[in-house]
Amino acid sequence: MSTSGATSSDGALVPLLEIEAVSSFYGDFQALFDVCITIGEGETVAIIGANGAGKSTLLATVAGLMRPAAGDVRFDGRSISGLPAYKRVPLGIALVPEGRRIFPSLTVAENLRVGATRGRPGPWTLGRIYKTFPLLEAIAGRWGAALSGGEQQALAIGRALMGNPRLLLLDELSLGLAPTVIKSLYAGLREIKEEGTTVVLVEQDVGQALAAAERAYCLLEGRISLHGATSELTREQVIGAYFGL
Amino acid sequence: MVWLNQVVQGLLLGGLYALFATGLSLVFGVMRMVNLAQGDLIVLSSFLAFVLAGDLDWNPLLTLVILIPLMAILGFAAQALLLNHTLDSDLAPLLATFGLSVIIQNSLLEHFSGDTRRLHAGAIETESIRVTGQISIGWFPLMTFLVAVGLLVALQLLIRRTQIGRSLRATSDDRRAAQLVGIDNRKVYGIAAAISLATVAIAGVFLGVYSNFSPTSGPSRLLFAFEAVIIGGLGSPWGTLVGGVVLGVAQTVGAQVSVGWGDLTGHLVFLAVLLIRPRGLFARPELV
Repeated sequence: MSTSGATSSDGALVPLLEIEAVSSFYGDFQALFDVCITIGEGETVAIIGANGAGKSTLLATVAGLMRPAAGDVRFDGRSISGLPAYKRVPLGIALVPEGRRIFPSLTVAENLRVGATRGRPGPWTLGRIYKTFPLLEAIAGRWGAALSGGEQQALAIGRALMGNPRLLLLDELSLGLAPTVIKSLYAGLREIKEEGTTVVLVEQDVGQALAAAERAYCLLEGRISLHGATSELTREQVIGAYFGL
Repeated sequence: MVWLNQVVQGLLLGGLYALFATGLSLVFGVMRMVNLAQGDLIVLSSFLAFVLAGDLDWNPLLTLVILIPLMAILGFAAQALLLNHTLDSDLAPLLATFGLSVIIQNSLLEHFSGDTRRLHAGAIETESIRVTGQISIGWFPLMTFLVAVGLLVALQLLIRRTQIGRSLRATSDDRRAAQLVGIDNRKVYGIAAAISLATVAIAGVFLGVYSNFSPTSGPSRLLFAFEAVIIGGLGSPWGTLVGGVVLGVAQTVGAQVSVGWGDLTGHLVFLAVLLIRPRGLFARPELV
């Protein structure tokens, strides 16, 4: 586990990510209501919830693609609410976006190298990524426009890792992918966690997410309906929080 | 032989049109922005070269050492101070560059009057190589063509092989995803505009030596640049060169048929390409 987190004046470890009473809007539609989430360095946290519950909005707000209307996002003890997305990358925040958004006119290798443009130094290099996701090395020269869904997802994760993030945000990791592909992606995720990277995992596949994470938050219509250690959450609790029963 | 000679002259003229079109194509490729001031910026460069060459008593081709960086800085500044603020709308960039076009034309008229001018580059303007009895290749058109080829090779290498090139392509593909890997898309747009206006500086000087120019020559240069880009296909440097050559050959061959038919034939070939291959001869499929 990494111990590079900042400490507060009284010596206590500051959490890596603090989402404090964040509210977000799309026009008139409020997507998040006073959401509070705290994540410590090295944790893996799942965020589950139905379609439209606000999961992707939450990740976009942390990554800087959206500005919260109210509340604050703190990273390593410092408020980052005013920073645009490209300035959050050098701090160590990386988002693997929903739909992967691979650059079609860059090759696989170029997509990875562009991920290191403003990143931090660290264990993740081109060689290391190819070791973790061997399928990428085989297709290194192929254009981004010509990849399958699984290849795109592995590449999107690799691209985010090239910046050596402290916080990796994964949006809908398994959406639309074959079970064998999902299995290999989650195997890669274990390696990422072993490097001490903090992971926030947004999934519609609840079982998969809860198995991979230590803690989970459930979002329901923009509010947190449940949170706790995944080992202590019961199936009934999760179903209730997921559907608002 | 007369016809072959016209084809050769048209091919070389295509080099000049490729120079006109390169910056336009780059800016559209990266930002999806149509620069309606392209022609006037080319003519502005011709006038700046005219002033510099006169004041310093330099060959106008030599003024490029000042003009290229000067126009690049102007491009970055215009992008950062003005055009970056218009990019969230489809119409605003068009209006802004149209406004720039009007401002440049009228400022040039104010300072230089409506007289036509010409840059004088010395003996290279008139000397030529006689290939056969009826075909001779002028040194200056040949040099223009080679400069266009060299510029496009350099640009292709920059876009394909360098980190700046990767950032340009990534931003062109998906600017939000580019932000997620730490790329400031506004800065990338500034770099694209700077490179574009560096090519405009070259186009302006070669235009000024090649033919007369006046403050109102810009729009017709813009039209030729557009036609070259559309014939060749957006986003492809080699397409830009081929587009320029097709346009140049159409014009010179048309002019051989009848003196007044030169430009018209160019426009007709352009329309024919639009009808048969609306994406141009070398379009990058992922851009469409």
